[in-house]
Amino acid sequence: MALLSFERRYRVRGGTLIGGDLFDFWVGPFYVGFFGVTTIFFSILGTALILWGAAMGPTFNPWTINIQPPPLEYGLKFAPLREGGIWQLVTICAIGAFTSWAARQAEISRKLGMGYHIPIAYSVAIFAYVTLVVVRPILMGAWGHGFPYGIFSHLDWVSNTGYQYLHFHYNPAHMIAVTFFFTTTLALSMHGSLILSAVNPQKGEPVKSAEHEDGFFRDHIGYSIGALGIHRLGLFLALSAGIWSAICIIISGPFWTKGWPEWWNVWLSLPIWN
Amino acid sequence: MTFTIKLTGVIVTVLLVMGTVLAFKKTSAYQHGYPGTAMDLVQSDAELAEKLKANTVPAALPQVPAGGPLSVDTYQNVQVLGHLSVAEFGRTMAAMTTWVSPQQGCAYCHNVANMASDEVYAKVVARRMLQMTMHINQDWQQHVKGTGVTCYTCHRGNPVPAYVWFNGPSEDPTARPMMQGKAYQNGAAQDVGLASLPSNVFETFLAGNASIRVQGNAPLPSETNNRHSIKQTEWTYGLMMHMSNSLGVNCTYCHNTRSMGEWETSPPQRTTAWYGIRMVRDLNNQYLTPLTDVFPAYRKGPHGDAPKLNCATCHNNAYKPLLGVSMLKDYTVLAEAKPQPAKTPVEPPPAEGAAPTEGAAPTPAPDAPAPAPAQ
Repeated sequence: MALLSFERRYRVRGGTLIGGDLFDFWVGPFYVGFFGVTTIFFSILGTALILWGAAMGPTFNPWTINIQPPPLEYGLKFAPLREGGIWQLVTICAIGAFTSWAARQAEISRKLGMGYHIPIAYSVAIFAYVTLVVVRPILMGAWGHGFPYGIFSHLDWVSNTGYQYLHFHYNPAHMIAVTFFFTTTLALSMHGSLILSAVNPQKGEPVKSAEHEDGFFRDHIGYSIGALGIHRLGLFLALSAGIWSAICIIISGPFWTKGWPEWWNVWLSLPIWN
Repeated sequence: MTFTIKLTGVIVTVLLVMGTVLAFKKTSAYQHGYPGTAMDLVQSDAELAEKLKANTVPAALPQVPAGGPLSVDTYQNVQVLGHLSVAEFGRTMAAMTTWVSPQQGCAYCHNVANMASDEVYAKVVARRMLQMTMHINQDWQQHVKGTGVTCYTCHRGNPVPAYVWFNGPSEDPTARPMMQGKAYQNGAAQDVGLASLPSNVFETFLAGNASIRVQGNAPLPSETNNRHSIKQTEWTYGLMMHMSNSLGVNCTYCHNTRSMGEWETSPPQRTTAWYGIRMVRDLNNQYLTPLTDVFPAYRKGPHGDAPKLNCATCHNNAYKPLLGVSMLKDYTVLAEAKPQPAKTPVEPPPAEGAAPTEGAAPTPAPDAPAPAPAQ
């Protein structure tokens, strides 16, 4: 990556979260920092553990490597390495790496004098992950309720966990989460197509301005949220999708153990028509 | 203004936290799949305690000494239990009363002035149900294993078991000329777990033998492989909702849902359930439906059919009826149908040749229908 002419002035020392200047330097274009080192440490250790688990398992096929959580009988205890202990260590490494990365984002934001939008947004993804493999298992009393680490195996987990509640599409928080995911992609596709059209005009036409972009949506749907607003909206939609995903799984088990279609009996038995 | 906003925020937060704490259910889980496949049964502890209470097994009546005169020689019109001693016969009758008609007593089935009479319909039904119980224990061990069933498995102290079903309308009642109806869907029917799935699954699958398998083995349907429609798939799922709710389990009890149809990855319970479906069909068609004319109108469904059984009738929301406790071991007379002995001549017939005609000679029990071959 070429060093841009103006990049040097963003290379500001200081502003670290833990104070001091430990690892407060750059390697080529990359900021290292204390949390960069911890990110690398946890990522390499976690990946090595996964490879070790794969070596003990039946396959190195990347699609079917499976690092399974402990059987439910171990509850919230440490399990032997071969029986989910590796999964527990990988989970610790993953959380270590993810939170280190968020902290590094925060440090870079401080150096650049930005708001914390990026680390906050990324933290929502970490929150969803921690909900799945830490919070929900603790609420249900066994690490075995976490999902396995494997491309196919985690999909099986998703499918079976959905069918544990007979029909997961009836989960109200799942409905909201799915709606937010779809709305995010809709908003992004509308915004992206608008920008691409504006900056790639027909031959001979000038590049269009924000005024023109607002005009397009005002003409077509009577409203334009504006150049800044669309990014706020996008952030809200995307984070809501993640937050409601976390809610929809945390309520399945600790707060509702029956089929989700049955939950809607609340609606049928409202005193208005019942 | 800012104070109001802050106050609202605090109140909302407190309510949310309180709601979360109150709504939390302590759960217990049973794992029946490979670790990490999420093939688990998660139940709230409160629910579990309720289930344990609802499935308490009543104490067995004391055993009676073997031997003594046969009931066929002592009583009139004994067609199924004639091979029992009088004491064992009395114990069985007493047990049936506590299981089926504890409030109504003997008179629920018998004309107490003439116990041998078949005038009360319930007695004819009870006799057939005795044969059915023996048939289940004898010929459907693929489903009931050694645990077996007794009258109590379904009746639980009720003359009519809590879960029976009747035929619905045979034509879609919501269809109008040139308009498609709801096809029994979207009615939030209890039978299909309040989902939008078609509710007429019992007639289709538990009396009729419509194909349950809808999953294809190829990516695309063709003339030669899977031609099942979404409609048929929803029908199957409707039946599966009934099975899940009847057993108090979820889909993963019998399936690894990554591929519902694959037997290699399915838990062994699926085999038991497969036989169960065939058993229920057999019982409905060989035992319940033929009793249609015996039942009085008030016991029949809106379309004049006999009450029939489904998975919930025996299971009562437990993965095994009575959570797997065998009552049959205390009532082994229900384990199999025995050939009925002829009445022993008490004394040589009188020389005059006037053959004794009093009382109906015990007619042999109608042969239990052959079990449907397992296929």
